[in-house]
Amino acid sequence: MEFLYGLLVAPFADFAFMQRALFGSLMLSLGACPIGVFLMLRRMSLSGDAMAHAILPGAAAGFLLYGLEILPMTVGGLIAGIIVALGAGAVSRFTIQREDASMAAFYLISLAVGVLMVSIRGSSVDLMHVLFGTVLALNNEALILIGGIVAVTLACLAIFWRALVAECLDPLFLRSVSRMGSPVHFIFLGLVVLNLVGGFQALGTLLSVGLMMLPAAAARFWTVRVEPMCVLAVLIGFASCIAGLLLSYHASLPSGPAIILSAGVVYFCSILFGTRGVLRARIVHHRHRTA
Amino acid sequence: MTNACLTFRDLTLGYGSHPAIHHLNGIVRKGSLTAVVGANGSGKSTLMKGIVGVLKPMEGAVVRMPGVRTAYLPQQSELDRSFPARVVDLVSLGLWPKRGMLGRYTKEDRESVSKALMAVGLGGFEKRPIDTLSGGQLQRTLFARVLLQDADLILLDEPFNAVDAKTVGDLIQLIKRWHGEERTIMVVVHDLDLVRQNFPETLLLARQPVAWGETRETLRPENLLKARRFHEAWEENAPWCEPSEHDHTHDHDHDHHDHGHDHRHGSGPRAA
Repeated sequence: MEFLYGLLVAPFADFAFMQRALFGSLMLSLGACPIGVFLMLRRMSLSGDAMAHAILPGAAAGFLLYGLEILPMTVGGLIAGIIVALGAGAVSRFTIQREDASMAAFYLISLAVGVLMVSIRGSSVDLMHVLFGTVLALNNEALILIGGIVAVTLACLAIFWRALVAECLDPLFLRSVSRMGSPVHFIFLGLVVLNLVGGFQALGTLLSVGLMMLPAAAARFWTVRVEPMCVLAVLIGFASCIAGLLLSYHASLPSGPAIILSAGVVYFCSILFGTRGVLRARIVHHRHRTA
Repeated sequence: MTNACLTFRDLTLGYGSHPAIHHLNGIVRKGSLTAVVGANGSGKSTLMKGIVGVLKPMEGAVVRMPGVRTAYLPQQSELDRSFPARVVDLVSLGLWPKRGMLGRYTKEDRESVSKALMAVGLGGFEKRPIDTLSGGQLQRTLFARVLLQDADLILLDEPFNAVDAKTVGDLIQLIKRWHGEERTIMVVVHDLDLVRQNFPETLLLARQPVAWGETRETLRPENLLKARRFHEAWEENAPWCEPSEHDHTHDHDHDHHDHGHDHRHGSGPRAA
């Protein structure tokens, strides 16, 4: 018992920085995981990755002008992300080019600009900081920011839920009954950017997309409906955050990758053991009903 | 003209600079049931898209009667069948005109969803994931959604594709019921026997209307022959259609063949 307490509870009970890290990462999961589910269902899983790169020049501009301060870097990242999201979204909506191609073009340009900007001033240590984040150093400012982002995300999801589902399920139908199609698409892209920006302080630009996509991808193996899928993704996100932080504490590993790797373990287990996973499909196929 | 549900005014629809519907004039009466027939590429689906507003006219306009609610069943649905949704979720989208984005679904709404599914012979399919439906079942599910939309103007683009004979019969009954309820219906169909048996009016298209009116008149052999001669391909160096050419559409049309039916498609179906 003592041992379990020391293993699971003591790190959080004894250290304020661990509490902050836990609180921050749990809040992030609450917003980012449902967004990840919709990204995956819209076949835009890699767009999240692209967007995370796209945020870099904005964050770098904030970093160049104000040093390692959260607010300017966040605002910068937000602006860069929204420019890329709107640009890529508009190109795919109003020209023949599909979103994957336009997104790739925009994020590559954006990433190049970002790396260039960081290299003008910072050393590679700074770049690592921007790319991989510091969940163990979340200050009040960062927590409030994440809280705000989660609130906005959940509110938008609640309001636009039906339109978002319709836009994923049957976009042409939505266009024939309502003008919400395009606005909802852009609102959704905005939420993606917002959550990635929220995540980059904690996990870094590269790993924040992991907390968004991995729980969603894992949840896909367990259910055939959207609502439970979102709830399950959030729960997997929670579990990964707790497991990752404990792993990072006990084994002195960097916290961001530890969280993502925990989610990765859940993902692999889901592939194998999920109700729609590999083993079930291979093994439980010899029995069937008469109708 | 007062009971026109749809009015086409010199309507040209197309892709790039090439028209797929060329200077269409006429009206669709409120409460009429019209079959739209024609060869591949004759502009049937394009016309449907133009009426719904998914495709913007290159010239002219489609005027809908004010306050008309439209339901549209496209030929190539952009439906994502791998999306984790159940039949009931898909059909419930048909409640959008009534409940919008935020309105709660009431108990009656859920009952009307079940009733709509019953009407297309899919009672008890509510909880089935959509990726387990057969092609015909999916088509009937989409019909149930149209049913739920409770629209005044119903546009069906090749609704009988991949549907077995019995189901076609059921769907035709449904369409006739709508017709009895004074809804305006336009259906793209390929089976001419089906059209002759069930549709009072027909629009025969070959980029421009070849004939439009009572089905028996429209589907006369000479009209069908004329429609068959229609040249499907675009010609890259086709001459530009000059504005002056269609200032007086009631005087002449653009197929430059026999002008025998001009006075008819100038102002829509009179024969019916």
